[in-house]
Amino acid sequence: MSIAETMISPQAPPPAPPKPYTLARFLGSVALGVWLALAVGIFFTVVGGWDPEKFSRYGPNFLSGLGVTLALVSSSILLGAVLSLPIALGRMSKHKLWSWLAYAYVYFFRGTPLITQLFLVYYGLGSFRPQLEAVGLWWFFRDAWNCALFTFTLNTAAYQAEILRGAIESVPRGQHEGAAALGLPERVAFFKVILPQAMIVALRPYGNEIVLMIKGSAIVAIVTVFDLMGETRRAFSRTFDYQMYVWAAALYLLMVELLRNIWGWLEARLTRHLKR
Amino acid sequence: MGVVGVHKNIKGEFSGMSGLFAAIYSGLAWVVSIIDPLCGPAGVFRLLGPDTLLACGDTGWGDEIAYGFLVTASLAIATLPVGLVAGFFVAVAKQSEERSLRLAADIYTTIFRGLPELLTLFIVYYGLQILVQQFLATIGYEGPVEINAFVAGMIALGVVFSAYCSEVLLSAFKAIPRGQYEAGDALGFHRGTTMRLIILPQLIRIALPGLGNLWMALLKDTALVSVVGLPDILRQTGIAARVTKQAFEFFGLACILFLILAMISSVVFSAIERRTKRAETGR
Repeated sequence: MSIAETMISPQAPPPAPPKPYTLARFLGSVALGVWLALAVGIFFTVVGGWDPEKFSRYGPNFLSGLGVTLALVSSSILLGAVLSLPIALGRMSKHKLWSWLAYAYVYFFRGTPLITQLFLVYYGLGSFRPQLEAVGLWWFFRDAWNCALFTFTLNTAAYQAEILRGAIESVPRGQHEGAAALGLPERVAFFKVILPQAMIVALRPYGNEIVLMIKGSAIVAIVTVFDLMGETRRAFSRTFDYQMYVWAAALYLLMVELLRNIWGWLEARLTRHLKR
Repeated sequence: MGVVGVHKNIKGEFSGMSGLFAAIYSGLAWVVSIIDPLCGPAGVFRLLGPDTLLACGDTGWGDEIAYGFLVTASLAIATLPVGLVAGFFVAVAKQSEERSLRLAADIYTTIFRGLPELLTLFIVYYGLQILVQQFLATIGYEGPVEINAFVAGMIALGVVFSAYCSEVLLSAFKAIPRGQYEAGDALGFHRGTTMRLIILPQLIRIALPGLGNLWMALLKDTALVSVVGLPDILRQTGIAARVTKQAFEFFGLACILFLILAMISSVVFSAIERRTKRAETGR
């Protein structure tokens, strides 16, 4: 009976089998190639059509447009958040009238396009000029920016109310009962127990809503507010240079991606106690 | 009378729809004129009488707005299959084992979910115009080129829809357990057959609520195409509002028409949902 005298020395692993050239790989290369060609094409048209005079003339306009967009979105989101709380409470109310009213509000603003609502406010309220002047509100609705702010606030309030309601209803019943067992007054229980847990659930939808508002705010360009889109349209109508749209696209993408990344970081940070 | 003059102009614009769409349009026109809910034989606007602003015919705006209603609905319906098919392939690409394919699909969704729909529409509309113009110039045709707003809208909205759709389908794909694919393999099915007979029926059931939301968003986004001149609900009511100076009434009507479309869709969607769930009800 023989035994092994020597151990087999460590062997190199067998060479990896050659990767087959699959259809998926081919398609992937083609698709990436298309994106690359597009990027290179855009790069060269931008470099080739670079006009320092155009840049110095329209560059500051683009920045001010960006400022208008950001101001409009942030103020309407904040005002909408304030307005959404009573709507969400109305939606959850046991009182038939309140819940029906809140439901009708939400249904109207979520069921019709934002641009139609904006037209309804901007052009439509013009028909009520005498009445508005009598109440002393005409100065507000005369300005396109105010109309946009008003419409966006009402619109985002409807969406945010639904987010809030969904989040509050997702908090388990036991949390209410626990707060009641501790003898907490209803108001304290709502603000200190229910709402913080609901906000964590609502965080991601809120982020999506802000992104939607940034994108949706482009339509104010049609009612003569010079936000980023409005400045782009103005620059395009003067130069007929397609690059303007490329610049606007880059700025919008930058805004949305920045927000998404910040939101992702925020979510990871705020939910770190829930990680297992 | 001013109303009649503008009315004639709009009619000219309608008949200007060229080529294939004119053929399809004239074919469908007869069917539609019978079942038209707004200006048909039993339409809502007919009931209002011939003297009102919304009368059907040369004296009122009923037939123009009814036409806009049809354009909006047909744009959304025409975009849906394009977006669904494109979104399905992007979703398949996203879960491919091939890195390059995943990366390309991710770039696609990042771009088209990040851009405002209005900007996408303008980029498609003017970009197509420039492309076609350059293409025709190389052949030797110099002249004004006009892109059909319906086609541009269909492409732009289809691209946006497919980007969102791929995300919905991707998460639905992830909800289907591996065992389902393995079962297909065990039965000796080809990959395509597994997809068609085993995966897709479950996928639709899981993705349906998400797709319903996307459909609602699509329906609302069609209003944007009026900006590049498509005679949809918003454009037709806008013209009527400008001519009659009764903006609140007409834009309010536009809102109501969109609400009606949304209500019809939610009824249809809940019917489909019930149908896809009929296998589960016994349990």
